[in-house]
Amino acid sequence: MKIKNIIITFVSAIAILFSTSVVSFAKVVGDKIILGAAISLTGKYSSNGVHTQNGYNMAVDRINEMGGVKVGGKTYKFDIIYYDDESNPKRAAQLAERLISQDGVEFMLGPYSSGLTKAIAPVTEKYGVPMVEANGASRSLFTKGYKYLFAVLAPANLYLDVAIRTAVELNGGKGVRIAQAFEQDAFSQDVRLGILDAAKETGSKIIIDDKLPKELNDMAATLAKVKATKPDVLVVSGHTKGALTAIRQIAEMKVDVPMLAMTHCDAAKLSKQHGKNSQYALCASQWHKTLTYKDDFFKDGMTYAADFEKLFGYDPPYQSAESSAALLVFKDAFERANTFDQKKVRDALAATNMQTFYGNIKFAEGGQNVDKPMVLFQVMCDDAGKCENKVVAPLKWASAELIHPIPKWSER
Amino acid sequence: MDFLIFQVPMLTLQAVLDGLLLGILFALIAYGMALQWGVMNIINIAQGDLVILGGYIAYFMYLYGIHPAWGVIVSPIIMYFVGVVIYKLVINKVVDRDLFISILATFGISILFMQLMNFAFGADVVLANSGYGTTMLFDNSVTLPNSKIFSAFISIVFAIGLVIYMKKSKLGRAIRATAQNARAAKILGVDTEKVYAATFGINAALCGVAGALISITFTIHPYMGLPYTIRSFMIVIVAGLGNLPGVAMSGMGLGVFEEFADYILGTEFRIGSVFLLLVLILVYRRFKLSRKREYLK
Repeated sequence: MKIKNIIITFVSAIAILFSTSVVSFAKVVGDKIILGAAISLTGKYSSNGVHTQNGYNMAVDRINEMGGVKVGGKTYKFDIIYYDDESNPKRAAQLAERLISQDGVEFMLGPYSSGLTKAIAPVTEKYGVPMVEANGASRSLFTKGYKYLFAVLAPANLYLDVAIRTAVELNGGKGVRIAQAFEQDAFSQDVRLGILDAAKETGSKIIIDDKLPKELNDMAATLAKVKATKPDVLVVSGHTKGALTAIRQIAEMKVDVPMLAMTHCDAAKLSKQHGKNSQYALCASQWHKTLTYKDDFFKDGMTYAADFEKLFGYDPPYQSAESSAALLVFKDAFERANTFDQKKVRDALAATNMQTFYGNIKFAEGGQNVDKPMVLFQVMCDDAGKCENKVVAPLKWASAELIHPIPKWSER
Repeated sequence: MDFLIFQVPMLTLQAVLDGLLLGILFALIAYGMALQWGVMNIINIAQGDLVILGGYIAYFMYLYGIHPAWGVIVSPIIMYFVGVVIYKLVINKVVDRDLFISILATFGISILFMQLMNFAFGADVVLANSGYGTTMLFDNSVTLPNSKIFSAFISIVFAIGLVIYMKKSKLGRAIRATAQNARAAKILGVDTEKVYAATFGINAALCGVAGALISITFTIHPYMGLPYTIRSFMIVIVAGLGNLPGVAMSGMGLGVFEEFADYILGTEFRIGSVFLLLVLILVYRRFKLSRKREYLK
């Protein structure tokens, strides 16, 4: 009996020793700055999770190759600990706890999607761990008074704001009639709020306001209503599924609408899956490779896209570009703070004012990036059926002229 | 409150037709569920995942340049064997047990399928384009995608085929005998083990057909299976187990009901109204279902 007790004590002592020694594996080891990230490598967000991870990895390699981060006269390299959050908010929050309290990570990168970022933000906030995130755009992230959350992307309510304003402008400044259909999730509902604001300011009228169920991929009823009421603008946001369903059924039901604005066209590979049927759709995007922003690491969008394709074999979606930008922001903040003190790094992040290949970055009080407008691109196809996304708004970045109104189906 | 659907009469027709076409497709999935529920007394939570897997078969044919409509032939053949394998590995161990055990087992299969499909095919939403065009009625005011008409037509063909098969063929008779009284059937020389395997296979094959049709008309995604399970569950509950024509009727009825709920109450109440209907019907039927195990006619 005694021997058994001794063995138990011995084993638990070793266990405790191990569990505490893990903590010493902390933020800066030797010449490495270790960042933590919970990313959806499996589950329903896994494809965008991988885009995010690829973006992070590419930026880490690039920054390390080009001399790393200089803090206090010493050069450091970035390294990231990844965990798979299985696209599950609960799991993401647990992993954030684990990264911070067990792995001793003192700086975090964001996960993919607003929902998961929402789950992690309270944890990083509790421990005072600065987090730069690149894939959570929901407005509610920036109204909670988080001090340690910084997002390099524009908030969700601005996604399709430009589309409404453009439509009003084309209508000679008079308000337009809007039909909208949004999925019932945090992100799409934020996009909806943005449209409501824009409609109010421009004196536009919302004539159809449908909330799409998550379960069913059929929009026939909404589109039949659109056909009957003939609005000036149709706005659809329901992630990839929404974009694909909308294009398929608009084409099948021959719905004629002068302007069609959507989100998630990139992720849906709209023109690849639907070919010419996707023509003329307007899509909100955080970034497009033809934008002319510049930085020292990736030069510009076109170079970034070429380098990314060489590494990963596909054209970078904006999810990758914004993720790469997050690392540039961290590097810049570390160097300006010139210390690894979390509070000082946080203050340096808050004072960020820089240009990256992805866009200008400057954080508002709530942590959202206010210096980078959304862009709208339009799917344009040539006669051979080859389609391309061309930036049409804002005018400053436009590489093609907006085609408006969309030709009727009978004339296509 | 003014309802758009009553102001524009053509919308009513559109809603009815949309609902019917949608309902027929759902009824096909429910058919399979009713069959194996009746025969094996198993509620298959993985029903929707079998549908999605069938959809991926058609999608991959489309990807390799074969017209996805051929999926309605290829997909059920492959899915039949998938069904038999699932039966041999898992279902035969739970077939005589409590209903609850079979729900747990098929729930497990459902999760496994979702993850495997996600792993194998990726988490992208995909679809197969049939290029079938549109039928326009009444000067373009009512539009029916031909892919939906095709889906409904194929569903009806398979449903009728199944009914005839169940009536005429030896295996069909054996299945019905087993459904009525498994023990008696066994005593009279029916290999019930084989009947069960075939029943589960046929169910999976029907799911395969439905999946192929869904990839043509809607979209597929590894995690999209559950709504189909719930929908078919509902249709079977409404129709009652022993009632295959009832399944078709309740499928179409629910489809139309849903469309009208969408127009009148708003899209956000579409699913909710169907569930409300389900609750009402369940309350109405609770004695019937809880007292006896029903069988196929």
